[in-house]
Amino acid sequence: MQSLTTSNAGYAAGDLDTRLQAPGADVPERGCFHCGTPLGGAVFTSRQKSFCCQGCLTVFELLTENGLGDFYRFGRAAGVRAKDTPKEEEFGYLDAPAVRRQLVDFADERVTRVTLRVPSVHCIACVWLLENLFRLKPGIGYSRVNFPRKEVYITFENSQVKLSELAGLLASLGYVPELNSSDLEGRPRPRVSRRLWLQLGVAGFAFGNIMLLSISSYLGLDAFSGPGLRKLFGDISLALALPALVYSGADYWLAAWLALRGRVLSIEVPIALGMAALAAWSTREVLAGRGPGYFDSLAGLLFFLLCGRMFQQKTYDRLAFDRDYKSFFPLSILRTSGKKQERIALSELQAGDRLVIRHGELIPADSRLISGPAMIDYSFVTGESEPVEIAPGGHIYAGGRQIGGAIEVETVKEVSQSYLTSLWNQETLSKEKKGSLGSLTNRYSRHFTKIVLGVALGAAVFWWFRDASRCLSSFVSVLIVACPCALALAAPFTLGTAQRMLARRKVFLKNPAVLESLAQVDTVVFDKTGTLTASSAGPVVFLGEKLREDEESCIYAVAQHSTHPHAVRIAKSMEGERGAQTVLWFSETAGGGMAGIAGGREIWIGSAAWLKSRNVKAATPPATAGSVAHVAIDGNYRGCYTLASALRPQAEEVVRQLSGKYELALLSGDHEKERKRFEELFGRGGQLHFNQSPLNKLDFIRDLQAPGKRVMMVGDGLNDAGALKQSDVGVAVVESLSAFSPASDVIMSSQMVPRLAEVLRFAKSAVGVVRLSFLISVLYNVVGISLAARGLMSPVICAILMPVSSVTVVAVGCGLTRRLGRGLECGENAQEEGQA
Amino acid sequence: MIVIFLLIPLSIVVASVFLLGFIWAVRSGQYEDTSTPPMRALMEESQTEKTEKSEKSEECEKANP
Repeated sequence: MQSLTTSNAGYAAGDLDTRLQAPGADVPERGCFHCGTPLGGAVFTSRQKSFCCQGCLTVFELLTENGLGDFYRFGRAAGVRAKDTPKEEEFGYLDAPAVRRQLVDFADERVTRVTLRVPSVHCIACVWLLENLFRLKPGIGYSRVNFPRKEVYITFENSQVKLSELAGLLASLGYVPELNSSDLEGRPRPRVSRRLWLQLGVAGFAFGNIMLLSISSYLGLDAFSGPGLRKLFGDISLALALPALVYSGADYWLAAWLALRGRVLSIEVPIALGMAALAAWSTREVLAGRGPGYFDSLAGLLFFLLCGRMFQQKTYDRLAFDRDYKSFFPLSILRTSGKKQERIALSELQAGDRLVIRHGELIPADSRLISGPAMIDYSFVTGESEPVEIAPGGHIYAGGRQIGGAIEVETVKEVSQSYLTSLWNQETLSKEKKGSLGSLTNRYSRHFTKIVLGVALGAAVFWWFRDASRCLSSFVSVLIVACPCALALAAPFTLGTAQRMLARRKVFLKNPAVLESLAQVDTVVFDKTGTLTASSAGPVVFLGEKLREDEESCIYAVAQHSTHPHAVRIAKSMEGERGAQTVLWFSETAGGGMAGIAGGREIWIGSAAWLKSRNVKAATPPATAGSVAHVAIDGNYRGCYTLASALRPQAEEVVRQLSGKYELALLSGDHEKERKRFEELFGRGGQLHFNQSPLNKLDFIRDLQAPGKRVMMVGDGLNDAGALKQSDVGVAVVESLSAFSPASDVIMSSQMVPRLAEVLRFAKSAVGVVRLSFLISVLYNVVGISLAARGLMSPVICAILMPVSSVTVVAVGCGLTRRLGRGLECGENAQEEGQA
Repeated sequence: MIVIFLLIPLSIVVASVFLLGFIWAVRSGQYEDTSTPPMRALMEESQTEKTEKSEKSEECEKANP
């Protein structure tokens, strides 16, 4: 048991995004037995165990009844909170043949195999539970979890289990499968390809075996073995190297060929040139019976290059960035026709369909409101954080989110034609950003190739006049030794290491090349909402005559009954201070307010307009206040709660740290009421722009870039997706990594916002390390080339110099980056201690 | 020393068997996910332990009613 828990903890520490979700680490004494959520008021108990909600209790009972009680042996509170998980009926649309066909991997009459993404898998216990699903429901066969990808592959019998039932079962256990509309279009699966593994294997095989044979020649042992053995070694080396050269090196030959045809000198050109020279020369040596040639170096070179490529691939594979805007849309929608309601796939949605949109759901297409007061939160589209009220008949744009009660809408456009789509389909957005992977390397290699060719030709011409017999050999030697293996390895290893270090700090880069762009940034643009401010962090302040304590506890009790975000925040601000009164009666008017009777008082909380309809005149709050909720007790107006969106803790510090070195700007979709606060913060140099639509933001970035500025945009999501893409580095700040990851270059956990300056500094020094590695490899080359050009090259020097240069470059690159990264880590610990 | 002419090619043949093994392993998908199987190994241990124990205890109960 002990060993199990420790290894479990090891996994949690090792995997990056688990820590955001892993509830297991520090469970307070009185936490839910299943998921570890601290127990609040209501507690559900079963078999002397306490649970936070009915969902967790049900999962516990289900597991114990089916002999899966072992789940809890993997660690305390290993479960995922199962409160408010979607019901099985909500997955009904999955059984529609069209949807089903696109989701499943394989299906025949009897069995179906499906791959589902389950982001809440976070520990060994989850893996165990999901792989024992067959015990919970007859008909489920084999299930396998791919932990790093957070996927589960399940086979089940069609006669006993429906796809919707399977999804429902997973959801009821807390593992809600993530289904969105991009799944229906065949998701791309970037993975370390089998081909690369095979290429690496073949190259490694050749390298190892040739090296084994060559060691004797390094040590001069072939002196006593005679020419027969030398011939044998040569033939075997040739035979081993050929498949490596043809199969493992295939990508390099192709890339070099393409580069030459496109008249570009990419890094592959000198590599291919060196390899060709090496192969040709060695083959000549072998066929002439003069020894094994340089095949050992050739195979080693290929092996190291492929190792670098594998490292790069593995780093890249951890992050699935390839999401488009469609992954924000739900997969299904509730359609209503007359009295019948059914869940349909989003792709089946047609203009003119009537939809029921409930609290918190996204409007999938431009629509007209039929019934119900709509409060639409457009923060994804416009950045405006306060909901807009829409009267029946009004137009609702796609991408809005309904807050409050359920509404009925009629779509006027199809999903693909809507406003959001047209924003994303803009020309600039579809354009690929310049600066492909390894552009730094390519810049260097351009000069490098020219110099090498020059030196090789020079040496050849020189020896032609001095000693024609050494002409060819010196020309080839220069090409061989100059093969920029180390140069090619420096960037992937160093930047890859840096990328991993950052990922451990919850800063995820799209690819290593982003580091390069980060290092060049000179302008930082913030989108206010969600980056510098956090809407949930602000204080809730009551304006008006001070309330008595018993009155406050009545308001607390009533506010607790609502799921409206304002009510939730009001209740939260009073949490723990006073005991709640019992609420006798409660009613909520969506988009208006709520009324409730508690402690013998009638409490009304809502908008001014809503109170007016009840003949209560509300005072006008000061213009600087954020969102406002007015309160009346027993029909008498008492005051209002202001809910300010506050600056994130340490936001000021970030701005101050950056202000000296970078040009700063702030964009916001909100109105100007907070301008003053930010003017103080940003000082005179900062540009502040309010009331910005997504298009304005995009244009602003483009204007900055026009005079050649390198712009980093820090935003929170959809409403600035255009600007994120247009900027040189788009940073998306997210609260939970599994929730939203818009198309950006960097995804950053909001916890890391205070350390933005450090991240930028780290990126700069990582790129510095790459330059240093380049310098080292160039030094090696200068030594090698000068030897080769003078005709002093021997197979021993060639064979030793090449791997040694590669290994040093990799060691220096990774070592230094790790060291720099450790500073990043230490800083964080110190900060945490400081906070504690 | 002449035997080395036989032994070296033989060693290459043996090594090729391992290469073929590797190719088989890659083809059969063993390199797709390298971090879940170690976890699985831990789980299966606890699982078999438990079933063995319970089987034993059942046997004991049957033996000594």
